[in-house]
Formats: sequence, C-alpha cells, structure tokens
Amino acid sequence: MIFFWAFVVGGLICVIGQIMFDVFKLSPAHTLTILVVSGAVLDGLGLYEPLIDFAGAGATVPITSFGNSLVHGAMQEAEKHGLIGVVTGMFEVTSSGISSAIIFGVIGALIFKPKG
Amino acid sequence: MADEKKKNLPPEAQEYQEFQSKREVKRPLLKNCLKAFLVGGFICFIGQIITTFYIYNFNFTEQTAGNPTVATLIFITMLLTGFGFYDRIGQFAGAGSAVPVTGFGNAVIASAIEYRTEGFILGVGSNMLKLAGPVIVYGVFAAFVIAIIKTILVQWGGF
Repeated sequence: MIFFWAFVVGGLICVIGQIMFDVFKLSPAHTLTILVVSGAVLDGLGLYEPLIDFAGAGATVPITSFGNSLVHGAMQEAEKHGLIGVVTGMFEVTSSGISSAIIFGVIGALIFKPKG
Repeated sequence: MADEKKKNLPPEAQEYQEFQSKREVKRPLLKNCLKAFLVGGFICFIGQIITTFYIYNFNFTEQTAGNPTVATLIFITMLLTGFGFYDRIGQFAGAGSAVPVTGFGNAVIASAIEYRTEGFILGVGSNMLKLAGPVIVYGVFAAFVIAIIKTILVQWGGF
C-alpha cells in the first residue's frame, strides 16, 4: 500500500511544481527554491514527519524533503546543545543528498564527455 | 511589477507585448500536469522500492532510509545524465523529473559534465553548483530561521 501512496503523493508534489512552471511561469530554480523552503516550513510545523510515515519515498524523494531534513538535523542538535546546535547540526541529516550530488557530479565529469 | 514595467515602455512596445502574449503558445496545463504526475510518481515509486530494500536488508527505519535512497537515486541519475537520457525524460515530464531529488542531482551532474572543458577547478568545481546553489542557499537559510524560532519556542516558551 505504501507503494501506492508513494506514487500518488510524490506525483502530486510534482504536479504542484508543474503548476508553478506553467501557471505562475516561474523558472525551475525559483520553483525548486520555493519547494525546499516550503518543506522546511512544513517540518517546522511538524507536518512533514507524518507525511513521511504515510507516503514513504513519496515524501522523501521530492526536493521538499531537503528542507525537511535541514530543519530536522538542526533541531536534533538544538535539543542537545541549544541555539548553537542549529548551526552545527544543519547538515547532519541532509548531508547524503548534497554530498552524493557533489561526489557523483565529479565522478560523472571524470567519466562522461559533454554532448553537443 | 509587470504592470509598472509596461508603463515605462513606449506605446509600440506595449502593443508588441500584447501581440506577443496573444501569439504565445498556450501550455497544455492538464496534459503537462498528468505527465508530471506520472513520471514524478514513478520516480517516487522506484524510491520506495529502494527504501524498502534498505529497510529490510540494512537496519534502517522508515525515517532514516530516506538518506541512502536519495544517494542511490542520485547515483542512478549520474548514469542517466551521462548517457543523455535524463534530458529526454525532462523534456517529456517537466516538473515530474525536476522536483524529485533526481532533478537536483541532474542539475549538479549535468553542469559538472558540461563545464569539464573549462578545466576541473575553474570549470567543474566552480560551475557545478550553479543551478543547485539557490536550492542549497535558501534551503539552509530557511531551515536556520525556522529552527531558531522553533528552538526558542521549545526551550524558552515551554511548548
């Protein structure tokens, strides 16, 4: 069942993105930035975690999960170390997305040649 | 904002803009949304398969399995981008391939490959995050503001 909800929720988040592209004529960078910020806001309100429980990868795969995990890491550390933890813990949970993008980006640049 | 800009233009330019907006190809919203839904949903579906794999084989929970899933998806994206398939998916799916983390991965990897000709430090190194930069910058800044507010509320407000 979670496979079905992953499909539906993930698809719906992409539809929101598509509406921002087509109706509001935003560039992809604007759209993604807004989505990341809304993910962060949703986690701040405590709404993103239930969504992950409900939809699994439908909530962790779209870019909104970036904002969610940034806030999450920050909050985890903040519980231990107070305000300073907000800064030190920020990338604790998100690191895999950013680091793997950078690592595979460099590997990709080493292996593949630009086309056209 | 757009209206202000219009007022400052000479009348011919205003006329031209009206003419242009009439001739602009209407984007088929419903069809695009359907494509975005199907492709985006499919990517998340694959993500769910990978997540389930990690949960059953390596002690991850539903909450933590997101991380290795993202890394795996970005690895797959590297292959798809390198062989030039991701662009084609993107042309078909629009936001369906841009919104999942694979779109973020694609933005980084595609610029890394593209700028390779300008050298590894000044080309790949400095241009890699050109497209993905805003996402990281404002994601971090928004998360910072929210986490500060929440921490203050939780620790000093007693919520």
